[in-house]
Amino acid sequence: MATYQEFFLQNEERDGVRFTWNMWPSSRLETTRLVVPLGCLFTPLKERLDLPAINYEPVLCTRDSCRAILNPFCSVDYRAKIWICNFCLQRNNFPPQYAGISEQLTPAELSPQFTTIEYTLIRVPISPAIFLFVVDTCMDEDDLTALKESLQMALSLLPTDALVGLITFGRMVHVHELNCENMARSYVFRGTKDLTTKQVQDMLGLAKHQPSARSVPTNPNVPPQSNAFYSKFIQPVSVCDMSLTDLLGELRPDPWPVLQAKRSLRSTGAALSVATGLLEALYPNTGARLMLFIAGPCTQGPGMIIDEELKHTIRSHHDIEIDNAKYMKKAIRFYENIASRASINGHVIDLYSAALDQTGLHEMKYCTNYTGGHMVMSDSFNTSLFKQTFQKVFAKDNKNDYRMNFGATLEVKCSREVKVCGAIGSCVSLAQRASNVSETELGIGGTNAWKISGIYPNSTLSLFFEIINQQQEATQSVPTDQRGYVQFITHYQHLSGYKKLRVTTISRNLLDATTHLPAIAASFDQECASVSMARIAVFRADTEEGSDVLRWLDKMLIRLCQKFAVYEKDNPGSFQLTDTFTLYPQFMYHLRRSQLLQVFNNSPDESAFYRHYLLGEDLTQCLVMIQPILYAYSFNGPPEPVLLDSSSILPDRILLMDTFYHILIYHGETIAQWIKAGYQDLPEYENFKQLLQAPVGDASEILQNRFPMPRYVVTEAGGSQARFLLYKVNPSQTHTNCVWGQAVGAPILTDDVNLQTFMEHLKKLAVSTST
Amino acid sequence: MLAGPPPTYISPTLPSTMPTSSPPTYTNQFQPPIMPPHFQPSYPPPSSQTSMATNGINRPPIQYPYLNSGLLPPSSQSDASSPMANPNSQIYGSQSSFPNYQPSPNNQPTMYPPNVHPNPIRPPSVHYPNYPGQPLPTGSVQPQLPQARIDTDSLPSVIQILEQSQEKIQAPFVTSTPGALPPLAGTNFVCQDQGSCNPRLMRSTTYTIPNTADMIKQSHIPIALSISPLANLRTDELEPPLTNFGDIGPVRCQRCKAYMCSFMQFIDGGKRFVCCFCEATTDVVNEYFNHLDHTGRRTDCYQRPELCLGSYEVAATKQYCKDEKWPEPPAFIFMIDVSYNSVRSGLVDYICHILKTDLLDYLPKDKNAETSTVRVGFATFDKQVHFYNIRDSLGQPQMMVVSDLEEIFVPLLDGFLCSPQTSRGVINSLLDQIPKTFVNSQETETVLAPAIDAGIQALKGANCGGKIYVFSTTLPIAVAPGKLSNRDDKKLLGTEKESTLLSPVNNIYTKLGEECAQNGCAVDLFVFPNAYYDLATIGEVCRVSGGEIYKFNFFSIENDGERLLDELRRNFQRTIGFDALMRVRTSTGIRPIDFLGNFYMTNATEMVFGAIDADKSVSVELKHDDKLSTDSNTYIQVALLYTSISGQRRLRILTLALTVTSAYTSFYPACDLDTIMNFTTKVAVRSVLNSTPKSIRSSITTQAAHMLACYRKNCAQGSAAGQLILPDTLKLLPVYSSSLVKCDALTGTVTLNTDDRSWLMHRLMSMDVKGTSAYLYPRIYPLHTLEEDHVTPSMIRCSYDRLSDAGAYVIENGLVMYIWLGSQLDPTFVQYVFGLQAASQIQPEKCRVAQFDNPLSKNVRGLLNMIRDERNSHMKLFVIQQRDSMEPFFKNYLVEDKSLTRGASYIDFVYELHREIRNILQ
Repeated sequence: MATYQEFFLQNEERDGVRFTWNMWPSSRLETTRLVVPLGCLFTPLKERLDLPAINYEPVLCTRDSCRAILNPFCSVDYRAKIWICNFCLQRNNFPPQYAGISEQLTPAELSPQFTTIEYTLIRVPISPAIFLFVVDTCMDEDDLTALKESLQMALSLLPTDALVGLITFGRMVHVHELNCENMARSYVFRGTKDLTTKQVQDMLGLAKHQPSARSVPTNPNVPPQSNAFYSKFIQPVSVCDMSLTDLLGELRPDPWPVLQAKRSLRSTGAALSVATGLLEALYPNTGARLMLFIAGPCTQGPGMIIDEELKHTIRSHHDIEIDNAKYMKKAIRFYENIASRASINGHVIDLYSAALDQTGLHEMKYCTNYTGGHMVMSDSFNTSLFKQTFQKVFAKDNKNDYRMNFGATLEVKCSREVKVCGAIGSCVSLAQRASNVSETELGIGGTNAWKISGIYPNSTLSLFFEIINQQQEATQSVPTDQRGYVQFITHYQHLSGYKKLRVTTISRNLLDATTHLPAIAASFDQECASVSMARIAVFRADTEEGSDVLRWLDKMLIRLCQKFAVYEKDNPGSFQLTDTFTLYPQFMYHLRRSQLLQVFNNSPDESAFYRHYLLGEDLTQCLVMIQPILYAYSFNGPPEPVLLDSSSILPDRILLMDTFYHILIYHGETIAQWIKAGYQDLPEYENFKQLLQAPVGDASEILQNRFPMPRYVVTEAGGSQARFLLYKVNPSQTHTNCVWGQAVGAPILTDDVNLQTFMEHLKKLAVSTST
Repeated sequence: MLAGPPPTYISPTLPSTMPTSSPPTYTNQFQPPIMPPHFQPSYPPPSSQTSMATNGINRPPIQYPYLNSGLLPPSSQSDASSPMANPNSQIYGSQSSFPNYQPSPNNQPTMYPPNVHPNPIRPPSVHYPNYPGQPLPTGSVQPQLPQARIDTDSLPSVIQILEQSQEKIQAPFVTSTPGALPPLAGTNFVCQDQGSCNPRLMRSTTYTIPNTADMIKQSHIPIALSISPLANLRTDELEPPLTNFGDIGPVRCQRCKAYMCSFMQFIDGGKRFVCCFCEATTDVVNEYFNHLDHTGRRTDCYQRPELCLGSYEVAATKQYCKDEKWPEPPAFIFMIDVSYNSVRSGLVDYICHILKTDLLDYLPKDKNAETSTVRVGFATFDKQVHFYNIRDSLGQPQMMVVSDLEEIFVPLLDGFLCSPQTSRGVINSLLDQIPKTFVNSQETETVLAPAIDAGIQALKGANCGGKIYVFSTTLPIAVAPGKLSNRDDKKLLGTEKESTLLSPVNNIYTKLGEECAQNGCAVDLFVFPNAYYDLATIGEVCRVSGGEIYKFNFFSIENDGERLLDELRRNFQRTIGFDALMRVRTSTGIRPIDFLGNFYMTNATEMVFGAIDADKSVSVELKHDDKLSTDSNTYIQVALLYTSISGQRRLRILTLALTVTSAYTSFYPACDLDTIMNFTTKVAVRSVLNSTPKSIRSSITTQAAHMLACYRKNCAQGSAAGQLILPDTLKLLPVYSSSLVKCDALTGTVTLNTDDRSWLMHRLMSMDVKGTSAYLYPRIYPLHTLEEDHVTPSMIRCSYDRLSDAGAYVIENGLVMYIWLGSQLDPTFVQYVFGLQAASQIQPEKCRVAQFDNPLSKNVRGLLNMIRDERNSHMKLFVIQQRDSMEPFFKNYLVEDKSLTRGASYIDFVYELHREIRNILQ
């Protein structure tokens, strides 16, 4: 058998699933005693190049309460043409079209390598994707021009059958009519007014045009006939390309005067409300992407973040703590409501924020977090950071498919022993209270199905499970062959318009923890556990005080160590962690220090931005967020990963740090001096030039693949931007413990505890009998 | 249009049979009551009128050799021998000669019955016989004359008196003498400002004020002013010159804040001045100081208009501006109804067309200004309001639809109001697009209040005043603020309950008007209704803001297109001020107490106008606080603060000096009947809303009776009890009063619908003195004599008996115009004037006095243009034939006759009046 590490990777590769524990205790109590909850990181649409194209409908278990999908774990009686559901043990007949199956001729879904398989539901009508641009005009000419160029580019990148619409806003909200002849026409809304969907529809005259659609009892799963009628506001790119180009061309910065010491009046909230109402009216339950571009905070009307007065600064974490954020709670309620409305209909909201100050992402984060939208934060629309990030939204994979998908629902089926506690990620609950829903909630719970309006190949959810006690005879019987099954069923709308269905079925062994604890401990996936814990922490941080969350993390770490480490009581020196746990405390150390949990020096917007990506990215990327990766380049050898430690900062090294959000190249002191002296330009120092090039090449490779574009920083020892590196590394040398000239590396001017001290305390507390 | 029934009533073929089937019965009985051939000094040949009309001159040039001497009128002119220039001496003269009833050479003796005692020089009164049915307290031997025997010719005639007055005017009216009675408003005179202002700007009901309130109470003559602060003056009169005091701003009395005027007395070698209103002394600031000459007048007296003229303008300083910010030049907003009715009638198309091809090229500008600085904005509305961005940088206009009507707002700022010079391309394309965009509109419901509200906000946002031109066709019944419903009930008109119909149903439009007034803009409402429109409610916005209502019933381009265009042109071209504030200051002992007109008041003394133009007039009643001294004069000063069409903040100061008397004998001869009637009319119109028609009519009659009775009691005691005695200045009181009690604005006959009634009342409230006198006594000119005659024909009295069957006449009252064709009229007249083969082809509304190359056509058109220019209005013209179905509407304007409903004829009214006077005297 392969090592667990290989198993993890193989599982991740095949199914997009990584569990915190890969052997499951068979009782509920034992599960809770594992400290790190039983859960997994699941990437529903993990890119698989080898998936067969299946154009038929999946076979479902006939038991009404089950409806699981036929999978390789089902036992099949090929002669009787019967299969037994591995979830509910129901015996099912194969449908007539499976009459020809035999052991030699099995359908793909029964083949063991296809525990993950994708069906294309060709019978469901195609509906083209919808893009609604909601554009702020309160910005200067240059920024707006840059944004217009980006939007123009987006039009050229969209599939030609995609539907587009344009809403602009400043003090007022303009819903632009497309393809007006001779005279541009827009419907205008007051930015200070929160309108109901009905009002929006009435005012846009939408109710009148769709009497038939309204009178028919609405079936939420049937989208409106796609080719029957286009509203005047949303039309196919191929039809309205010229008109939209003209509209964008005429777009000017908001003409309303901005008085001195005032902010521009920006009606982001009203615009979002109108946009959501428009999509709701025209395209309920159809994939749609609402792209919101903002250059500042909403300053009036619903969703107001801050008032017009510049002397009132936008709320900081401190203000929030002392409850001094006047508009925050109301705004949060507003945006949360919008986000819920959008997510229910499968509409995605993207936030593209470009401003030096905060723009209210803290309040608006629900829009992206609930719908799986993108949150992009840049200084200006005129930066390559924004432009390239935006371009990547429309990037295609190597099969020439767009990487975005819409309106996904993820349903989880479990075998009897397993129940679902909840999910953490960019999703909302569908409130589907099935029998496998646990009473215990962790994350978004109380359901076994979630809606992920915007889903990408790398979208990853954390799902948490609970083991329930088996019936008496089950525990008495030999537990070794007992297995738990989980099936993930993901419905989604591909950008091509097709509805697809992906099924991932996994199984894990159940063990009696009282007797097989080491086996369970060996199945611990500390990377997955770190990310899961990080997500729980961030989820909690949204509602709890930061210090409480940290304390909770510490407590969990100590308890984990107490349970799984090898030590003598009250003897810290004897403390020893087994292989599968060694990295975990270090991850926790960096997690504690990361911007995900530390709000010091971060604005609420930045925190929201950082956390957003932790909730959506896959395991590897999340790990980078928790503990940045540091590579060293020097003449002493090939590039190598080095410890994220101040001792790694050496004068003759070039360091490349990837924190997910930032890519930083740091030239050691000597290197920097050489650069200043211009050695890289001399032909005899070609090797130095190559050394300088090496990290740049690697960095650009990361930049290529990362979404959103990280901030790219090149700095040197003593440079002001070096702070990005210095505050990330473990301060093993500080001004207190370092004698100048002796130490290797760079002392960090901080009072933070370093990893070593942290570990010592951990040992002490873990072995202590009193805790 | 007033009396015109809806066109559907008219059967074009019907009237043509009338003249033949019923031959005229009066053919030879009546001569047209032609006056002795007077010298007609007033009007030049009509042929020259057309060219003058286009020059915007609405008065013919005078024939008097008179040079306006600007700021330095020669003092010798002050004693000009105008018969009215020095009433005091004449009054005393006439009093002394009162018993000597010698026939006056000036008055036709035939005018009066034998027992009239004309005054040799200037009869203070005319005595009339005792009328039948009167109790004769003295057992008089006066013969009981049957009613039929009284000749209408013997009653005072408006036309005769106008002509007589006109004849007497030989020299300019000079205002240097306080208390001088100005010429009648209907006459053609020149005024020379030498201290008091031109009577065209301000007239008083009397130029000699009684010293006690009791005299007013006894006489029932109101002390009131009629002020038209921006009235058009003749080209040969001096426009109030614009002066500038620089940073010190207008010089004012420190106590009562009156502005510097020619009646202020400088003392202490010019260091201080004594206010003529409150008698406080104010230090003269150094910048304004000037030495006095030996007579105590400042040496720069004739260099500074405020020291020698009764009317001048002064540039305001920032303190006189809203928020101490200089205003932006005003803007015009055009709000066009684009609902089904409007599109179908061709209105949308036509308005866009005339705006594009004509009107935008003639936007108003200040005198001397090169180009107009007026910016324009466009909006359309049906159930929604559509705004248009016409910024010059745009390739094509942008339309913005606002359907949030609960809280209307203007969706754009920059591009809404643009200069037509710079944005002309975009505007032209917009005006082409609007009709196309809405050509298929099926929307029948409209909103109105939100549209107007949006216009106000747009102007407010642009920090400027201006005008909102609303073109509306239907009652706003769409769900929105200001939604109205059809509450018309014609049966109520004329009854005691009519005020409910004529009062606004809610205050939404009033509030809008107030907002307009406060933001320096006015709403001009052009309504094109095919049904009830509720002008009583909607008109409030015009009333309070100082705007005007134009009404085009059953609009069709063919019938009304030309009129609409001409009215808009006139509207654009007249002098106008925005964001205006007017205050009347008076000498101590008297103060303004009541204000009538179309404006808004936030306190008891200041009138606020969103806009005020040359055709608007207000009336102000004065009341005694105290007994006035007869030794000194009483002064009135009107200060109008406004923003000119070029955006300049200015003050116009009008000052008037009146004398004071304690004697009725000097009070009555100084009365101005035109102004009294103007005031009485406005009071009566205003009371329609809170009184009953019957009591209004009786109070008018009673008041007239009291005026005459008081005169009789105090000035003509010696006359026989049965005689009706009319003071010279009030000779026309009976005819005007008789007309007023039966005028359509007050009585609301069947011929007049509710909206027309409201419209009339609105127009009368802002009408100037000249306007009301024409309204109360319409002018009739014969047209059939125009062929030979190039001079303006003499007017004809308003009586059917005086029209010839073989004649054609035009009648106008300033609001409507009829051409009446007698049944025996020479058919060539119809050919020459209308280009029609026979009178039977005439359609009353469609008929146009087209351009034909013959002297008759030219002269008729010249005359009509002259009338229109004089009224500054393109009155609706009906062409009717004798005895056709529409003739009764025309007859309604013949005020000396018995009216269709209950109105008494002139004679009957005189009887009634006389009876009442006698009752009072008993």
